[in-house]
Amino acid sequence: MQKPKIATASLAGCFGCHMSLLDIDDRILKLIDLVDFDKSPVDDIKEFTGRCLVGLIEGGCCNEENVRVLQEFRKHCDILISVGDCAIDGGLPALRNGIPLKECLTEAYITGPTVYNPSGKIPSDSEIPLLLDRIYPCHEVVKIDYYLPGCPPPADTLWQALTALLSGKPIDLPYELIKYD
Amino acid sequence: MNEKTVTFIVDGKEIKARPEQTIMKACDEAGVYIPRLCAFKDLSPFGSCRVCTVKVNGRPQAACTQPVGEGIVVESQTAEIQQIRRNIIDMLFVEGNHFCMFCEKSGNCELQAMAYRLGILAPKFPYMFPVRGVDASHPDIFIDWNRCILCARCIRTSCEIDGKNAYGFIGRGPHKRVATNSSAGLKGTDADVSDKAPANCPVGSLMYKRIGYAVPIGCRLYDKNPIGSDIEMKKTT
Amino acid sequence: MTAYNETIVKDICRRFGNERSRMMDVVKEVQTSFGHVPNEAMDAIARALSCPRVEVQSLVSFYAFLTERPKGNIIIRLCDDVIDRMQGFDRIADAFKEELGIGIGETTTDGKITLEATPCIGMCDQAPAALINDVIVTNLTKDAAREIVAGLREHGDPQRLVKRLGDGNNAHELVRAMVVNNVRRKGDVIFGEGKPSDGLKNALAMSPVEVIRAVKTSRLRGRGGAGFPTGIKWEFTRAAKDETRYVICNADEGEPGTFKDRVILTEKADLLFEGMTIAGYAIGAQAGILYLRAEYVYLRPYLEHALAERRKSGLLGNKILGHAGFNYDIRIQMGAGAYICGEETSLISSAEGFRGDPKTRPPFPAQKGYMGHPSAVNNVETLCCVTRILERGAGWYAQMGSNGTSGTKLLSVSGDCKIPGVYEIPFGITLKEFLAMAGAEDAAAVQVGGPSGQMVGPAEFNRIICYDDLATGGAIMVFGPQRDLLWVVSRFMEFFVEESCGYCTPCRVGNVLLRRKIEEVRAGKCDPAAIAYLEDLGQTVKIASRCGLGQTSANPVLTTLKNFRPLYTARMKENEAGMQMTFDISAAVRDAEIIAGRKSANF
Ligand SMILES: Cc1cc2nc3c(=O)[nH]c(=O)nc-3n(C[C@H](O)[C@H](O)[C@H](O)COP(=O)(O)O)c2cc1C
Ligand code: SF4
Ligand code: SF4
Ligand code: FES
Ligand code: FES
Repeated sequence: MQKPKIATASLAGCFGCHMSLLDIDDRILKLIDLVDFDKSPVDDIKEFTGRCLVGLIEGGCCNEENVRVLQEFRKHCDILISVGDCAIDGGLPALRNGIPLKECLTEAYITGPTVYNPSGKIPSDSEIPLLLDRIYPCHEVVKIDYYLPGCPPPADTLWQALTALLSGKPIDLPYELIKYD
Repeated sequence: MNEKTVTFIVDGKEIKARPEQTIMKACDEAGVYIPRLCAFKDLSPFGSCRVCTVKVNGRPQAACTQPVGEGIVVESQTAEIQQIRRNIIDMLFVEGNHFCMFCEKSGNCELQAMAYRLGILAPKFPYMFPVRGVDASHPDIFIDWNRCILCARCIRTSCEIDGKNAYGFIGRGPHKRVATNSSAGLKGTDADVSDKAPANCPVGSLMYKRIGYAVPIGCRLYDKNPIGSDIEMKKTT
Repeated sequence: MTAYNETIVKDICRRFGNERSRMMDVVKEVQTSFGHVPNEAMDAIARALSCPRVEVQSLVSFYAFLTERPKGNIIIRLCDDVIDRMQGFDRIADAFKEELGIGIGETTTDGKITLEATPCIGMCDQAPAALINDVIVTNLTKDAAREIVAGLREHGDPQRLVKRLGDGNNAHELVRAMVVNNVRRKGDVIFGEGKPSDGLKNALAMSPVEVIRAVKTSRLRGRGGAGFPTGIKWEFTRAAKDETRYVICNADEGEPGTFKDRVILTEKADLLFEGMTIAGYAIGAQAGILYLRAEYVYLRPYLEHALAERRKSGLLGNKILGHAGFNYDIRIQMGAGAYICGEETSLISSAEGFRGDPKTRPPFPAQKGYMGHPSAVNNVETLCCVTRILERGAGWYAQMGSNGTSGTKLLSVSGDCKIPGVYEIPFGITLKEFLAMAGAEDAAAVQVGGPSGQMVGPAEFNRIICYDDLATGGAIMVFGPQRDLLWVVSRFMEFFVEESCGYCTPCRVGNVLLRRKIEEVRAGKCDPAAIAYLEDLGQTVKIASRCGLGQTSANPVLTTLKNFRPLYTARMKENEAGMQMTFDISAAVRDAEIIAGRKSANF
């Protein structure tokens, strides 16, 4: 029988959540026994090869590229999980949410005290995805089925959640594994 | 016992209390924890957060302000009430900007701890991302309005314990916020580092400066034991 | 308007005896002097009244009609209630904006005129209406708006905008308002015949306990909305151990669509003051307070005059009607723009000189009310009924109305009906019968009791107007088939968001969330799961809120979900792809597109 597939992505995140996934240590071998990894930075597969059981999303949406990837994940995954605070509430990047985009970019590229930018312009290249007006938590863009909070979520949280899902059980985290930091 | 007592029922358990007690106080003494945020042991009851909502003979009441009564039947841990509590905690999270990952209070925060206790993984309501400021004008104390839950514990502590009136509420409805007793902000008030008010803020809103992240992760107040465990511990005695 | 001057502030404080409890009056006068309550004035008031400064700011920032920032000498407040909106608010607002060259919430560049929007000012039967400083203007048209602005520019005197006076006492020299009463049906109680002071005389011939017994026998219940039996409330108040007691008349009438107390205050002030005096005698009070909403300040000189006349006639003051030991007087406390102050404990907070936060119950006002003393809070209409009960007998009163509910009720009707106005009807008639009276036979929906009440459809029109079935504090808002009821719901939620005092979490946050979801439903961006979301959220607000405002604020949503569910489901669609319909990518990238000067490549 074919193994179920898992896909992962890091949107506006710091890869901390992916590090936490690797932090399940030797259990990663068991995980490989249970599943195949599809599109993911873990195996560097860039495009979906087929339908996935689970998609793990790290980070919220800060630009149009994030939105595109997230929507693609929604299309390809039966179960989509927001992993980590950034995916759930925007996290650190969402500190810009109260500030108009123009002000953010002006400070970042022109007026900031450490900026060296003789052109005096905000960079604009068609290769650079356009920023959104603010950070959007993933569930504001697509339907999310589960949330695993933490910055990053403890490795045990990820392990327990995945093994529960793979055995068709509901995710039921003990007290010590629900963390927002 | 020579004092007058009343007897009432909470979630099927019989509790004895003194007639002047609130439902919450009586339950605390009996080792039954009712979730709360604005109620605080040394302060007069306030009744604003509504996390302590219970049903008394079928009618919703705040346990922190409602007096006990002979024979009353109180429901607290029912599915309906727990759902209401989760909704209220969710509301407090989305109303402000709670970035626990860099908050000095994380691990010792009562809002966060209540969410943990109620098993909340993410709020079901949309984040409002309000634009709020910080008052860092004082040398030893700061206010970060992003995290304030309007529980009035600072206001009550300043008045009832510190013997000052350093804080008060201004504005109404969604515009309500804590203000200081001076147009110059915190530095213009008589608040100082020996005040209890910052210590009694349940969240990371009113804080002493320069003592953030003092306790390592794993050893903080609510890392291992849910909020309310201290009260529930009494059950066995 | 004067420049800031501390002596003026000190004088004002002194005139109110430097009493902390009179802070509402102090602050209002300070604002009258300077146009706003300046920062320095808050410090000065705090010093004079010996309280923390933050308490002054706390009060000023609470009330819509008080301001910390300078505004124009003239403030135009357009009533933006749903009824006004149905009757042309947008057109009128545009005319004002155009003429003044400003938007709502702004002040003209010369600093003279400020334009604002305000919730229901109690003129729904003559909407669109507005408040210009203390002056009410009604039945507004675009032309009227232009004339008003021209007049204000020319002479700056809002009173001179009143060209024709209304009927009855609206034309009284102390009122001089263009408001009309629109009394459409007179019943036997409020608008019945009676001899002035007979009720009071009869009461004074009895013992206070007998008076209370008579009120109990009449089965009179409160007309302010909650319907608590008046006699029992008085009995509690009288029984509370204290030397000092108060009667408080609730004339805050803020529930949108309610304007019946306005008519009573205009035409039946003596009936009311007599009732307040009887109440004072019955519960053993020395003083009464009429808490009058700020919007009705145009009635104040007339009401003060009526009180002065009563003092002259020995109907107030010491030894009333020669009755040794019965000394009682009434003062008027003005509100300052806050619907929540109609809630009785908020009203008391406000009258005590605080922000209008509701108080924790127990203790109830009957035990510890105004200034900590037992207080009976009653609605204007309730107290008028009391006068008639004492005048004509409890038995006479009790036989009117339906089985469960005695007496008559004033209903104020507005919206899509031919004959808006005030009707005194006997309890026990059906809503349908009533709608026929008001010329609203083709109503598609009726909001009974205002936004905090319930929205009912034709299937419920046979229900009976009484406390046990369709209860109402007096508001009946009629919506014809052409109206978008979800728009109405969203306006009502907007009202509650702005009028919540913010004390408790469910009401402060929950109403904002309800409003947002309703907007999403209206925009067709929700799937059917939104129904469960609204129900769950609405129930939390209803069950967990601290006072009557939050406990009823979800009603527009909950009662339409119950009675008009297809309106919701019709705007929902299944969402199989799992994309959030509320997320709008083009809006989200718009700023960046402008900054980068190129279109999104992805979307
Ligand atoms: C938000 C809110 C607003 C209210 N507004 C009014 C009002 O404008 N007038 C009124 O008489 N009662 C109002 N009430 C009801 C009062 O709290 C109180 O029940 C009433 O004044 C008692 O008088 P009654 O027994 O004569 O009706 C309001 C209640 C709430 C919760
Ligand atoms: S105050 Fe508490 S809930 Fe808010 S960010 Fe800090 S730790 Fe998190
Ligand atoms: S600052 Fe802290 S104590 Fe004060 S109201 Fe806000 S959350 Fe409560
Ligand atoms: S990258 Fe995981 S929470 Fe920020
Ligand atoms: S603890 Fe009772 S309302 Fe906050």
